[in-house]
Amino acid sequence: MAAHDPVASPRIAHAWRVLHEVLDPEVPAISVTDLGIVRDVIERADALEVVVTPTYSGCPATEVIEQAISEAIDAAGLGPVRVTQRRAPAWTTDWITPEGREKLRAYGIAPPGSCGPDSPSEGRTRGLASSPSGGSDGRSVGGVYPVRLMARNVACPRCGSAQTERLSAFGSTACKSLYRCIACREPFEHFKPI
Amino acid sequence: MNTSFAPLPTTASKSASVASTTTESIVFAPTPQQAYLMRIGDTCLIHAQRLAEWSGHAPILEEDIALTNLALDLVGQARALLTHVGAQAGFDEDQLAFLRNERDFLNVTLAELPGRKAGRDFADAIVRNFLLAAWMNVLWARLEASSDAEIAAIAGKAVKESRYHVAHAADWLVRLGDGTDESARRTRQALDRLWPYTAELFETDAIDTAAAEAGLGPLRVALQAEWRAVVEPMFAEAGLKVPATGAFRSTGSKGVHSEHMGYLLAEMQTLQRSFPGGQW
Repeated sequence: MAAHDPVASPRIAHAWRVLHEVLDPEVPAISVTDLGIVRDVIERADALEVVVTPTYSGCPATEVIEQAISEAIDAAGLGPVRVTQRRAPAWTTDWITPEGREKLRAYGIAPPGSCGPDSPSEGRTRGLASSPSGGSDGRSVGGVYPVRLMARNVACPRCGSAQTERLSAFGSTACKSLYRCIACREPFEHFKPI
Repeated sequence: MNTSFAPLPTTASKSASVASTTTESIVFAPTPQQAYLMRIGDTCLIHAQRLAEWSGHAPILEEDIALTNLALDLVGQARALLTHVGAQAGFDEDQLAFLRNERDFLNVTLAELPGRKAGRDFADAIVRNFLLAAWMNVLWARLEASSDAEIAAIAGKAVKESRYHVAHAADWLVRLGDGTDESARRTRQALDRLWPYTAELFETDAIDTAAAEAGLGPLRVALQAEWRAVVEPMFAEAGLKVPATGAFRSTGSKGVHSEHMGYLLAEMQTLQRSFPGGQW
């Protein structure tokens, strides 16, 4: 994410501190800076510009987040403020900060693994992605395009066990999937790497 | 799609317009390059509308959530494309989505074919989603190199989303195709029914050529080999035979739609048509 510039103006430094407290409405455990969607804060002649990169194309929280950012900056007396969108480069879960990942885990959401250069997943499998008891039966080898992806070895955010299984590819929001811990039997959400 | 929470107009003059029962359609005559992008945006939009029919009706709760989450991504992608093209022509995304007539929609026919409400089953939804998601995935990957920076940026996001769409559909394709006799039969029937409409996905015409020459995006025919490399191994794993391609060509992306499209638009557009400019 855009680093806090140590020689930035007091207004910009203050704005970053304010943004660090603006929570994601859909995952209210982490802030917009933890999430890595605030790409820049720029002092323009007419306003303080906050540059945001949207998470998902259809994320219904995008407008709410922009509004929350505007209100927080205004409330801190740092306005006028203008929130702009920057689409490229596309947001990736790799931009979630270490602090953000820890907050997610504490909140009960397994943080995403690394996306790598061209894969949305830390694990690729040719077996039945959501059926640990089924899986590759030997017929599906050779020349299979890595179409079916799933995050493997997702550690349970409660007990830390890697003995987990996916229940559902999609969860309460587009950015999460549902898992269950085989060790402690607790269900949990996993923030999908993308 | 406008999610601002402005109240409905309350002044006398605006009340009069709200009370009217229909809205004039807009007339949008796109350039070939704009038409190329509208084909993609409209395919996302109409496919999303069909997927959303499963909301509250999928066989299991997890699929209810999954199919509507896919639809949400597709609506987001459609919004980005319609907003971008509309800005060049003085229209916003809502006008393009809700105030165009049927012949002005350029989605591929496969996206508009009847869905759950017409009695099509879950296997049908999965097969269509698989065929279209794989196509969108190879298309978005090419569009990342578009000469239009905004299109490249939209594609950079969408290509990652589409991978999850393909993965999810492929999971179910194999599970159903390689499942019980009943699930295999239904999946086979869905593939046989939908396959003839895939030929349109790879037809190249003047719109395609204009876009390719401008570096805007690939010729559709250039996507075919990549697409088959994605779908055929999955068909094999699911125990499905690739149907033969006949002479039939659907024409949705030329604006000539199936008989199902008008009903879909009637439902999708009714709110804006009945309450012009209504926001929620």
